[in-house]
Amino acid sequence: MITHQFDTIIVGAGGAGLMAALYASRTVSVAVISKLYPTRSHTGAALGGISAALGNEEEDHWEWHAFDTVKGGDYLTDQDAAEILAREAIDAVIELEHMGLPFDRTKEGKIAQRRFGGHTNNVTGKPVRRACHAADRTGHMILQTLYQQCIKNNVTFYDEFHVVDLIMNGDLPAGVVAVCLRDGSLHLFHAKAIVFATGGWGKCWEVTSNAHSMTGDGAAIAFRNGIPLEDMEFFQFHPTGLYPTGFLITEGARGEGGVLINGRGERFMERYAPKVKDLASRAIAIELREGRGIKGKRYVHLDLTPETVRRYKAEAGENADYYTPEYIETKLAETCDQGRTYAGIDPVTEPLPIQPTAHYAMGGIPTNVNAEVIADSDNRVIPGLYAAGECACVSVHGANRLGTNSLVDLIVFGRRAGLRAAEYSRGASFVPIPSDAGRKIESELNRIRTANGSTRPHVLRKKMQSTMQDFVGVFRNGKDLQKALDTIRELRREFATNIRIDDRGSTFNTEVLETWELGCLLELAEVTAFSALNRTESRGAHAREDYEQRDDQNWLKHTLVYRDGEEGLRVDYKPVVIMQYQPKERVY
Amino acid sequence: MEAVIRIRRFNPEKDKKPYWATYTLKDCEPTDRVLDLLHRIKWEIDGTLALRRSCAQGICGSDAMRINGRNRLACKVLLKEFGEKPKIQVEPILGLPVIKDLVVDMEPFFAHYRAVKPYLVNETPPPVGPDGRPRERLQSVEARERFDDTTKCILCAACTTSCPSFWANGAYVGPAAIVQAHRFIFDDRDQLLKERLDLLADPDGVWRCRTVYNCTPACPRGIEVTRAISEVKKAIQTGKRDF
Repeated sequence: MITHQFDTIIVGAGGAGLMAALYASRTVSVAVISKLYPTRSHTGAALGGISAALGNEEEDHWEWHAFDTVKGGDYLTDQDAAEILAREAIDAVIELEHMGLPFDRTKEGKIAQRRFGGHTNNVTGKPVRRACHAADRTGHMILQTLYQQCIKNNVTFYDEFHVVDLIMNGDLPAGVVAVCLRDGSLHLFHAKAIVFATGGWGKCWEVTSNAHSMTGDGAAIAFRNGIPLEDMEFFQFHPTGLYPTGFLITEGARGEGGVLINGRGERFMERYAPKVKDLASRAIAIELREGRGIKGKRYVHLDLTPETVRRYKAEAGENADYYTPEYIETKLAETCDQGRTYAGIDPVTEPLPIQPTAHYAMGGIPTNVNAEVIADSDNRVIPGLYAAGECACVSVHGANRLGTNSLVDLIVFGRRAGLRAAEYSRGASFVPIPSDAGRKIESELNRIRTANGSTRPHVLRKKMQSTMQDFVGVFRNGKDLQKALDTIRELRREFATNIRIDDRGSTFNTEVLETWELGCLLELAEVTAFSALNRTESRGAHAREDYEQRDDQNWLKHTLVYRDGEEGLRVDYKPVVIMQYQPKERVY
Repeated sequence: MEAVIRIRRFNPEKDKKPYWATYTLKDCEPTDRVLDLLHRIKWEIDGTLALRRSCAQGICGSDAMRINGRNRLACKVLLKEFGEKPKIQVEPILGLPVIKDLVVDMEPFFAHYRAVKPYLVNETPPPVGPDGRPRERLQSVEARERFDDTTKCILCAACTTSCPSFWANGAYVGPAAIVQAHRFIFDDRDQLLKERLDLLADPDGVWRCRTVYNCTPACPRGIEVTRAISEVKKAIQTGKRDF
């Protein structure tokens, strides 16, 4: 194994990883290890915007942003984290502008802001313009800008190095093991501080907005090393996935005036008032289940055409003269391209077919507000280990994430992770690497490479994805969740004993690494189904048909799940941090 | 429907030189993408097939390849484009060394990207608001619009590897790097204009472009690449960003 040494190692090169790298590299030696070239990271797919109470377009306050975040999270959000998110978002967005991010502008030349679901003026309850945007490719511009700054600051990258394990020495992290894709060699990165910024695991589901690479590697690696996973039952289904691929149509499309219409031509949003993602997803799921899809199929329409949008805006007494085909082309360029390319539909003239799609993990590796990974319900910190972005659970999103807050999360907590990891690196010494370091993962990779059973990994992947889609989706119930858990466990046994691999080579062997990723997905799917079965209430994105109400008396707490023995799972809980916002029924 | 797909294969551990392998796939849908077919081959027929892909929705830039002779993103090409009995030929993008099958060495490409200093430089302290906190630099809607097109670049290399000048001379920075340079040259917040123009006036810079025009249709993001290059040429000639 080839050994490298850096003060701080950052695993993953999306928004959180690059932000951490920029800050940590100011004072200590840093390497970013990423299984993809950094600009391939899934941050680039985020569309609509990044919220910050700049007040550029109308009155706004970070306290309103914090409250909206807590309410959107159905009061499972840790309120200290929500306050930090909302407060630090302001300087973070300004800093992105200074780095060169090409935000859209107001007439005065300030950063332009638009409305986004769930973001409100807390006094009037009306939508507020808080989402800063760069056309509808805000995530792309954030990713590009941060990578540009990393080049400017000479950050060291190990591109296409796939991290497959964490080295622990007792309770302390000592480094990570990575496979170099190009030649298959194994590398050991010895570090004082390690930041996981590896993203989510939407690929557990069949219909998802997520990239193929969103396989939850960091969360699975942490879990395998004794770290619990928090609130895994909360996975967001975005209401507007393009049918049938699941690609995300930005919420900004509805922000600009797009309306949801069912098979009877009804603007059904009115009936549910769904302004937050879980409510809108459920509304669409109900429409579909009750047979009000378009032509009886599994989709409804998202209508962006000027004719429809202007009609509804006029009904609401708004001037909509500006809403022309050219306006849509500019403001929703990506959406237009998606519709034309993947559905063969021009959103300027025809409505888009949409369905809910698995989108975002609220749960993940438990951390405190400094991005330090915590090991148990007493918030015991694991010194030197950090997590930020979608793989982490701060918990700033609670039971459901507000639109645009994922990008805020990356920037605010990525920065905190980088700063804290560097600070720790400056004061700490290297933890010795145990003599058997990497042995276990090496033998697991060898097992996969030489696997000669009878089931191709993709058969297991498909089965896992359909199981999660059918039984651990927008609606859940105890019977189905138990069925899902049993199935996933069977698949895990099959994965461990009977897979078949073709590629025995070393050069760019993506079959072995994809298969290893499938192992991560199966592990996270199991924890998700287990956590969902365990939580007998409905809250945020977790909708139980057999327990329809939110139950603050018994369930206003975070779930922690640990691996217990080889195959068992153990559950524990952690209180929610409640400060000024007392839980209330969530009415929109 | 049935689709026939020919793939240029090469495994350096086994093959002396590249060869064509043909696969026939049944039960294809007109809305299947070329990437879906490659996945079916890799997952159902031959796991050794190597390709890069990630988002599968045209934004990550991983899966640029030569599809029926044109540089495309495999995730953005639908089967129905090829008629009732699709025959598709897939090979790695040209001008970069092949590592395995459809995977090429991207390092020379990214080296050119880094060489144009693809980052904003502005040494003037940013404005401060009445509350003492930093504020954004102002930029007019028109000034922001000036470089909008080139901010769309996803560094997929489809343009650069479709360029005969780049094939002939790998030292040429190539269209993608010029697009990236354009994004900063025409951003009025940037203060490195002269240095940027000097860099691109290098013999291996913008003048190697012979306006063959391959790059513009190759761009999966619809960037008017040739136009961006000609604007950079004009900026070099005039020494200004607003000519």
